[in-house]
Amino acid sequence: MNTTWSRFNIVSIVLGFAFLYIPIVLLIVFSFNESRLVTVWAGFSTKWYGELFRNQGLIDAAWVTARVAFISATVATVLGTMAALALTRYTRFRGRVLFSGMVFAPLVMPEVITGLSLLLLFVAIGLDRGFLTVTLAHITFSMCFVAVVVQSRLISFDRSLEEAAMDLGATPVKTFFAITLPVILPAIVSGWMLAFTLSLDDLVIASFASGPGATTLPMKIYSQVRLGVTPEINAACTILIAIVAVGVLIASVVNKSREVQRQRDEQAAQRH
Amino acid sequence: MKSLGSIRRSFAPWTDPAARPYIAFENITKRFGDFVAVDDLSLRIYEREFFALLGASGCGKSTLLRMLAGFEEPTSGRILLDGQDLRGIPPYRRPVNMMFQSYALFPHMSVEQNIAFGLKQDGMPKAQIAERVAEMLKLVKLEQFARRKPHQLSGGQRQRVALARSVAKRPKVLLLDEPLGALDKKLREETQFELMDLQQNLGLTFVVVTHDQEEAMTMADRIAILDKGRVMQVATPAEIYEAPSSRFVAGFVGTVNLLEGSVMSRDGASLRIKGASGAEIRVENVPDDVSSGEVAFAIRPEKIKVSPRRPAEGTANVMEGEIFDLAYLGDMTVYHVRLADGQVVKASALNSARVSEDQLTWSDKAWISFAPDAGVVLTR
Ligand SMILES: Nc1ncnc2c1ncn2[C@@H]1O[C@H](COP(=O)(O)OP(=O)(O)OP(=O)(O)O)[C@@H](O)[C@H]1O
Ligand SMILES: [Mg+2]
Repeated sequence: MNTTWSRFNIVSIVLGFAFLYIPIVLLIVFSFNESRLVTVWAGFSTKWYGELFRNQGLIDAAWVTARVAFISATVATVLGTMAALALTRYTRFRGRVLFSGMVFAPLVMPEVITGLSLLLLFVAIGLDRGFLTVTLAHITFSMCFVAVVVQSRLISFDRSLEEAAMDLGATPVKTFFAITLPVILPAIVSGWMLAFTLSLDDLVIASFASGPGATTLPMKIYSQVRLGVTPEINAACTILIAIVAVGVLIASVVNKSREVQRQRDEQAAQRH
Repeated sequence: MKSLGSIRRSFAPWTDPAARPYIAFENITKRFGDFVAVDDLSLRIYEREFFALLGASGCGKSTLLRMLAGFEEPTSGRILLDGQDLRGIPPYRRPVNMMFQSYALFPHMSVEQNIAFGLKQDGMPKAQIAERVAEMLKLVKLEQFARRKPHQLSGGQRQRVALARSVAKRPKVLLLDEPLGALDKKLREETQFELMDLQQNLGLTFVVVTHDQEEAMTMADRIAILDKGRVMQVATPAEIYEAPSSRFVAGFVGTVNLLEGSVMSRDGASLRIKGASGAEIRVENVPDDVSSGEVAFAIRPEKIKVSPRRPAEGTANVMEGEIFDLAYLGDMTVYHVRLADGQVVKASALNSARVSEDQLTWSDKAWISFAPDAGVVLTR
């Protein structure tokens, strides 16, 4: 394999990364700007972070977002896993194709349409818009993502594991909790994380489904930016980026060390 | 191990008409849609028997085991275990354990936990579980692997864990679906004897599925030969080999020469057959029901004598031919002899002397001969 760096390679990598990261780097840099003007550098300062923590509106919005994301991700994971189980296990029921198509349609549905239809539903049944409706809306659309992730794991799941458990005396319920669930758990966890992040950064659906008193962070940021970008917002975004980066880092380190451990074990097994 | 032969010889409950079978398949049919996987099959298996199901791929062996374990219900017919009808009893309430074709080890559990799983379901006390697990690990010689996960084991080790797990509960019946399929020849032979030992020591009833005839012959008390969901013959390995009941069974187990012909005459228990080549074949010890019609004479290669000279006058069943091909295998040589009508007969001879003056080679003229009781007459 050719491992030397050709000039073309270097240029494309630099361009690609620049395209991806310059806006983010700018945002981070200007969050430490002394000046109130976002585009003029006036020296280093962390005062906007202090301001941020005194901005009750932003903090409330962050808290709402965290709760909505946590609850909706958890409920969506349970429902999505159940849908995935039903779709992979009971392959012979009537209308399965239609049903599975319907579960996955929201994946490609424009968010505006999902949001609008949910809004119409909430109005029609007379549900006051607020925390509950945003959470419901997020459950609705993130459930499909969970179902897709879990279903792809279930397809490769070896059913004879369950048969073996039952053969050894475990009832179907016990088999599910002792065998099926632990084996597909990684997929469920990644489904949950997907649902969590989807809810965290959703703006469109939340704008339709939310009401007074339940403003999520993306909605808050968006409305403030319309009045002009402040360094405070930059600081808020920098913190979000830091959280996401740390999360990704931890996940990949854990994955990597597990992989290394596994390889070591396998080598050990071969020596015997 | 040495005592095995003598125990085996005296064990033959199937010859006793009063003996009650431990497992009975009664007119079992299993359909998947339009496809008939098992076709009106009846089988009786006795307590402490080592029973083998032998057949080509797709003949319904696994389906049969899965019905016994409770993963499939028969379309019709019934299965009795110790006199009890199994219909409607879920797998987790059947006193039957199965070792899966794919091993089906639980990937998130250690070897120990895998073996303990079934015992835990029974609510066995912890101390007793630990004791039993240790005993099982010793049995399959995996003591130092107790804490390993399945993916940290070699194929042979996994197979032994699967075995230990299925035996741990001391089930009355152990079903083994191609238990040695993934092992190399040496490990396979070792494990065959381990299995036989285990079955003897624990006094279990084993039903083993295999498509390796040698394996079935080595291990089993009796073998059922299956074809397209039907039983072709159930008998001891020696009977299957020496007295197959049909052309299919004769051809399925070992190598056989089938000489087609028609019955000329019958005199007591001896029969004269006119072979396709025109040669006359005399057979003795023929069952009563054969007296006319088209038949096949089946004879194994090692029971045919090949010689470069015409045998003495009066020798029964002599045919003339030419060496068409030969294969020197070290301990023996296999001759392919082409007869006058073009049929090729296989004959094998032990190489008991290092150098023989009767060396036969390609295109030599040769005579084959066999005793009148060296083969069997088949009508099916
Ligand atoms: N669930 C099923 N649905 C439809 N057909 C099936 C099903 N299970 C088995 N069959 C069919 O029944 C026949 C017998 O299958 P079975 O698994 O019993 O074969 P087998 O004798 O164990 O073969 P092998 O030696 O390859 O394991 C096969 O033709 C198979 O395609
Ligand atoms: Mg099979």
